[in-house]
Amino acid sequence: MTTLSLSAKTGAPAPRRQRKRDWSGWKFVGPFMVVFALVLIAPVIYSIYLSLFKDQLIGGNSFVGLANYGQALSDPKFWESIGRVSLFLVVQVPIMLALALFAALAIDSARLHLSSFYRIAIFLPYAVPAVVAALMWGFMYGTRFGLVGNVNDFFGIDIPSPLSNSWILASIGNIVTWEFVGYNMLLFYAALRVIPADLYEAADLDGAGTFRVIRSIKLPALRPAIVIGTIFSIIGSFQLFNEPNILQSLAPNSISTYFTPNMYAYNLSFAGQQYNYSATIAIIVGLLTAAIAYAVQISGSRKEV
Amino acid sequence: MALEQAVKASRMSRYTRSRSGGALQKRKSLVLTIVMTLLLVYSLLPLFWLLVSSTKTQPELLSSFGLWFSGEFSLFDNIAQTLSYGDGEFVRWFGNTVLYVVVGAGGATLLAALGGYGLAKFNFPGKRAVFAVVLGAVAIPGTALAVPTFLMFSQLGLTNTPWAIILPSLISPFGLYLIWTYAMDAVPTEVLEAARMDGAGEMRTFFTISLRLLGPGLVTVLLFTIVATWNNYFLPLIMLSEPTWYPLTVGLNQWNSQAQTVGGDPIYNLVVTGSLLTVVPIVIAFLFLQRYWQSGLAAGSVKA
Repeated sequence: MTTLSLSAKTGAPAPRRQRKRDWSGWKFVGPFMVVFALVLIAPVIYSIYLSLFKDQLIGGNSFVGLANYGQALSDPKFWESIGRVSLFLVVQVPIMLALALFAALAIDSARLHLSSFYRIAIFLPYAVPAVVAALMWGFMYGTRFGLVGNVNDFFGIDIPSPLSNSWILASIGNIVTWEFVGYNMLLFYAALRVIPADLYEAADLDGAGTFRVIRSIKLPALRPAIVIGTIFSIIGSFQLFNEPNILQSLAPNSISTYFTPNMYAYNLSFAGQQYNYSATIAIIVGLLTAAIAYAVQISGSRKEV
Repeated sequence: MALEQAVKASRMSRYTRSRSGGALQKRKSLVLTIVMTLLLVYSLLPLFWLLVSSTKTQPELLSSFGLWFSGEFSLFDNIAQTLSYGDGEFVRWFGNTVLYVVVGAGGATLLAALGGYGLAKFNFPGKRAVFAVVLGAVAIPGTALAVPTFLMFSQLGLTNTPWAIILPSLISPFGLYLIWTYAMDAVPTEVLEAARMDGAGEMRTFFTISLRLLGPGLVTVLLFTIVATWNNYFLPLIMLSEPTWYPLTVGLNQWNSQAQTVGGDPIYNLVVTGSLLTVVPIVIAFLFLQRYWQSGLAAGSVKA
């Protein structure tokens, strides 16, 4: 009887067991934390350690303090790569998030035929590996035997090659947008789905129109999801690697070894054997990413009032 | 008895929450349908190109219009060539990828489920520290750690082994976060109390009762981790220097780079067909599991 009455109270805020020093939770959290320490915490510590040393021809491995950081901050290649991903971030992310927001609102509006079909199909590119996405678009971008070449031949015009120096960043932006528009759309759509129906009913009674409902109910409810989507996109932009790395063989003249900070760190390690300097670059980019993501989160939640 | 009721009650409370928002019956809009169709075409066009291109012979691939079939239908011929090229290395890479997905994504989901559940349902010494460390780590992008991880793994002698790919795949901070938020509502503390009164151990309770209640959240995490491991590129690229343990992604890119080099074997039709064969399984898995995503994502976004 007692158990029955206890279980009937589902939904009440659950008081956890207040026994002192109950370690049984560690049985569940422990395995995760062990692997976590090995593959996340240890590399972070190791890369900080690496960044404080320098491997020189004369003298071997020696402690150099923050000298690597000083070198990075006055390295024009590093700043060029940071500038490039910043430009990418400022242009591509707003376009992608606006498209995703529009699509989520459209699917949620109940004014679209076959909305679940649209939802699944637009989300589908997220499942396509970045390698395949970059290869497909890379082939289509080709002016000789790609789609761009077909269009040029057909209309007798001369579209500039998407793989040329001045267009390559926009072309990569298109690939990334294609891959992640659906993901962000679903993130927004999931947030829209949990808006209580009584809010809509109340708005309906008040005679609020579609755009009023979007402005006063949907957009405020979407704010946390938009903040998350923005943060993920910022991280993604600063970490840009796969798409330019794969397109490099198709456009060797447009994509340098320091096209993005990550490519720079990668090439320093694997082509130049400069492990210490590479670790330094990785740390600076990580800190920069975290700082910007944090700033977005702060300003995003402040407006929530 | 008590247990069954509690489970039932918790199910009901979940279902009443998840009604469709804003879906009052409305007039369909033609303009909206047209605009969304443009976005749909954009999303599907490259996949259509891939499908069409993989039916072409190499000369046709390089000379015919990209978005329509041309020449003899050689899809099966291309597939046979893809599977047999280079002593069947594609098949080998396919097997490697499946191994990484099963062990990596499966393990990541299990660890996230245990950990997220532990954080949601237990108080234990050091819990705050766990939160601080894991949340802090989410801000550190995985790729930023790739190079240091490689250096560390090479010290440990793990590079060029499957472990170099599997171990880092086992951690999904996002998955942990998702299960944590999901478990708070989906597994009522009363159910656990009842199980304890029935004398079940904590692990037994987890595997017999809680795991079932976590179902939709688990599928969400599983799908994210499957997609992440199937598509993993950067990590295997740096960890593996020999093709033996390559996953499909790295293998395909190697074929492509080889085709681009002067004097290399121009196997564009194999790159294209291999890409198709890489996409098909993940798309099928995706379509099967996609309906579970929304509930999981919604649970995550409420708390965010």
